[in-house]
Amino acid sequence: MRNVIEFTHVSKMYKKRSAIKNISLSLPLGKIIAIVGENGSGKSTLLKLIAGLSHPTSGSVTVNGEIANRRIGKLVSYLSDHDSFYPLFTIREALAFQASQFPDFNRAKAEEIMRYLQLEPDKRIRDLSIGNRGRLKIVLTLARDVPYILLDEPLSGLDPMVRQSIVKGMISYVDLESQTLVMTSHEITEIESILDSFIAIRDGSLIRMADVEELHESEGLGITEWMKKTYV
Amino acid sequence: MDEFNTSKPIYLQLADRINRLIVSKELKAGQKLQSVRDMALSYNVNPNTIQRTYSELEREGILETRRGQGTFVTEQEDRLIQLRGNLKEEQIQTFVQIMQEMGYSSDEIISGLQDHLNKKDKGDA
Repeated sequence: MRNVIEFTHVSKMYKKRSAIKNISLSLPLGKIIAIVGENGSGKSTLLKLIAGLSHPTSGSVTVNGEIANRRIGKLVSYLSDHDSFYPLFTIREALAFQASQFPDFNRAKAEEIMRYLQLEPDKRIRDLSIGNRGRLKIVLTLARDVPYILLDEPLSGLDPMVRQSIVKGMISYVDLESQTLVMTSHEITEIESILDSFIAIRDGSLIRMADVEELHESEGLGITEWMKKTYV
Repeated sequence: MDEFNTSKPIYLQLADRINRLIVSKELKAGQKLQSVRDMALSYNVNPNTIQRTYSELEREGILETRRGQGTFVTEQEDRLIQLRGNLKEEQIQTFVQIMQEMGYSSDEIISGLQDHLNKKDKGDA
């Protein structure tokens, strides 16, 4: 069995609107990958297809050879772009709840990330700032021992200090020997230095997938500069 | 602080920084480097990138990885002397090229450099 996420001629229609158009690509293990593109270009849909929360209208999405459906959650940890916490839970209770839902949830790792991101375990979720909610989501997602971690806009709406600490958390707690991190983001300059590769989509079509270092080397460009040139 | 420019691969920019630290003796012969992950954290880059930098410098004989112990600056004195020479040559080349593009003659460059260094030596004394 190959350790890879595979899209084969994937299209996704929502009613009459085409969200993803005939995308084929494969994402290997051991990488940090960003999906970039304008709002509404299909970035979040790509992640949902991997997480098994959305299904292709045609084509197939597989994770380590298994069709990505509801049960793919055992291989994939997914962070949604909105939060759905129970507001009366304390942070500690939220961790316990996550552990009860996912047998692969690593309590020791969660405690470590929580300390690293300076969250106070006894605080109630309803009393947390937006930044601390963002941090908590990262703790809950990164602490699962699964091969694929999917983050939908993990930095959006957070202040620069919080964004910085979350990026450091990714470097520290994603194990590139056994995991791949895929995220959508608009904060490209902040994450570019930690990326292995990027996937650029426009209007649901794949327009480029490349190693970031290769882009620096062959074209002398960063992702943002390349996008400015390409998305005009 | 740790900004990289996008016109050159980050792993090579990091290799340049490590080479400079070695030549300036901030990293000494035989000294252990930070682990890949710690280095990734200090420079805010992907651990795979640090691994690539270490591998590249190993291939060039500047670093050595000892199994289970980590990555170290080589103790091969001749290799370090060579590195010192190479970095000097690179800097001079860049400097001379810019001066020549602006039309300075070799004599002007040499006397200008001499004056600058004399002034600086006095200033320091």
